[in-house]
Amino acid sequence: MATVTQSPPPAPAPAQAPRAKPPRKRGRRTPYLLLLPGLLWLFVFFALPVIYQASTSVQTGSLEDGYEVTWHFATYWDALSAYWPQFVRSVLYAASATVLCLVLGYPLAYLIAFRAGRWRNLIMILVIAPFFASFLIRTLAWKTILADSGPVVEILNALHVLDVTSWLGWTAGDRVLATPLAVVCGLTYNFLPFMVLPLYTSLERIDPRLHEAANDLYARPSTTFRRVTLPLSMPGVVSGTLLTFIPATGDYINADLLGSTDTRMIGNVIQTQFLRILDYPTAAALSFILMAAILFAVTVYIRKSGTEDLV
Amino acid sequence: MEQYEPDRLSPAQVAAVRRSFRNGRAALSRRSLLRTSAGGALAFGGVGALSACGIPPAGSTRGGVSAEDHSEKEKSVAFSNWTEYMDVDDSGREHPTLDAFTERTGIKVTYTEDINDNTEFFGKIKPQLAAGQDTGRDIVVLTDWLAARLIRLGWVQKLDPSHLPHAYANLSSQFRSPDWDPGRAYSYPWQGIAAVIAYNKKALDGVEVKTLSDLLDNPKLKGRVGLLTEMRDTMGLALLDMDKAPEKFTADDYDAGIARLQKAVDQGQVRRFTGNDYTSDLSKGDFAACVAWAGDIVQLKADNPDIDFLIPDSGYMTSSDNLMIPNKARHKTNAERLIDYYFEPRPAAELAAYINFVCPVDGVKDELAKIDEDAANNPLILPDQAMQAKSRSFRSLSAEEETAFEAKFAKLTGA
Repeated sequence: MATVTQSPPPAPAPAQAPRAKPPRKRGRRTPYLLLLPGLLWLFVFFALPVIYQASTSVQTGSLEDGYEVTWHFATYWDALSAYWPQFVRSVLYAASATVLCLVLGYPLAYLIAFRAGRWRNLIMILVIAPFFASFLIRTLAWKTILADSGPVVEILNALHVLDVTSWLGWTAGDRVLATPLAVVCGLTYNFLPFMVLPLYTSLERIDPRLHEAANDLYARPSTTFRRVTLPLSMPGVVSGTLLTFIPATGDYINADLLGSTDTRMIGNVIQTQFLRILDYPTAAALSFILMAAILFAVTVYIRKSGTEDLV
Repeated sequence: MEQYEPDRLSPAQVAAVRRSFRNGRAALSRRSLLRTSAGGALAFGGVGALSACGIPPAGSTRGGVSAEDHSEKEKSVAFSNWTEYMDVDDSGREHPTLDAFTERTGIKVTYTEDINDNTEFFGKIKPQLAAGQDTGRDIVVLTDWLAARLIRLGWVQKLDPSHLPHAYANLSSQFRSPDWDPGRAYSYPWQGIAAVIAYNKKALDGVEVKTLSDLLDNPKLKGRVGLLTEMRDTMGLALLDMDKAPEKFTADDYDAGIARLQKAVDQGQVRRFTGNDYTSDLSKGDFAACVAWAGDIVQLKADNPDIDFLIPDSGYMTSSDNLMIPNKARHKTNAERLIDYYFEPRPAAELAAYINFVCPVDGVKDELAKIDEDAANNPLILPDQAMQAKSRSFRSLSAEEETAFEAKFAKLTGA
């Protein structure tokens, strides 16, 4: 009966262990694999162009003779000293537009989040609707709205509003178009949805019971807003201002169509350098200075406002 | 319930919570990832990558590089043109003159309206042409300064005159020999573009304008004058206004012209520099007067009787958009046949009747009169002798001049 005592081969137990392992390994790699498309996208459409532009900015040469990297960093200084007024102007215009967007957008977002009731979806659609038309067309529409002989300018003139803005240097004479005011209004209009949407999401997330609680604790509505609503909506305020300020600084369409020679922004300069003058190094250097300035400003802003979870 | 009150957490607990946040982030947060990959990219690519990507010289093979001509085998030709620069039928989809060409020759035309702006289009085709590759286009239409640049760079092919009998015979004399392409070896004009002064009678409100100086100096027009961002048209008219010849001005003349316009800009006389969008400013009356392209004015006038144009005594600027065959185009012979076709009186007249620019073809008057009597008598479409005599053109610029002049002009426009 020796055969009976023979034990079966002990294969299954050890074989199971290695088979069980791979899934766990794969599991550890999964996040990276999932990230791969994103990383590739980032590399091809962000990292590569940035490296290419960085290289262009330190090249010298001409279209005919080609450009070579000569580490000519003076381009940065030359570009900055020639075009600092446009830089300052861009930041000023973008900041004004951002503040205006916040002032207009906050009540609107508040209304949609807390008071709109069954109109909420309709108002949301109205906020997003302008995106269905092209950016250019929307901006051109403002040329009709603000035309010199149009009703808006006539009313403003009759009320002597333009005398005041003219005195402040925001408009010129009895017109609105081709003045700084028109450019800032255009920026405000075009970027308002970028302010309203993040504000709305952060306001909408606030638990209404917190308002009830504040009310129960005898807080006046203004105190409730100041102590409860506003602090809780800060992430929305911060992301809204960033989403407005950053693209507005680099925008050139509004300045081009609604502005004049003394309202040109840095985006216009970069466009002219790239396309008309074909001075690629200066254009690239200007882009980098703009990028660095925005990055710096945004970092300071986020540190100050204490919403680091955003980045 | 005590444990839910944040104030009751011990300092150690608070520290633990904070730590867990930090560690959680440090594991694989967007931030750490960006930090690591940015560092990696810099270390990797960094210096090496930066110096590796210079821009090679734009080719200088004068005379152009022809590819093998596939015209015999492939009965087709790819034609890139500006928007609204071709006749269309009532349905808005067919181009009668192109259809007639296909019917006669059997050559299928792939017509694309993908040119919106010279500078932009140059940016688009530059990489292929600089690398000596086919752009996929057999004919492109470019304004003469850009055409001159492409010839200078050696990026277009020399045309074969034996394929262009009509073009040779019928080309109107004012377009025959531009200084940037003597004898039309590389290009033939598609349409001529006259830069004149346009005005809105209602907005002028009785103010009389006759010259560019009136626009630049009359305080009644302050803030209601428009100039074009197209440097050669605006500066050409300014030079003419100062009695300088745009065909042979010096750098000093140019600077004087810039100074003249700068003064008007500083005084707030000029509202803005525009591209094609000046038409809306003019018809709304925001511009009382402006430098304008005649082809637009013919159409604006039809819609708005207040709008009209004038030719200053000193003359006006004529430029042209030119048909060219880029290097490595696959169907050169077909392209030449198409170019030649548009210099036959009949198709040229049909085209002129539809798009209202200056027709560069001689002998179309009778054909045009059959289609549209008014157009045939319009000096903006078929310039008569008096008009032709006042037509001036901007001289070609060397690469260095072009850069310097464009930079000065850009400064004038604010950037």
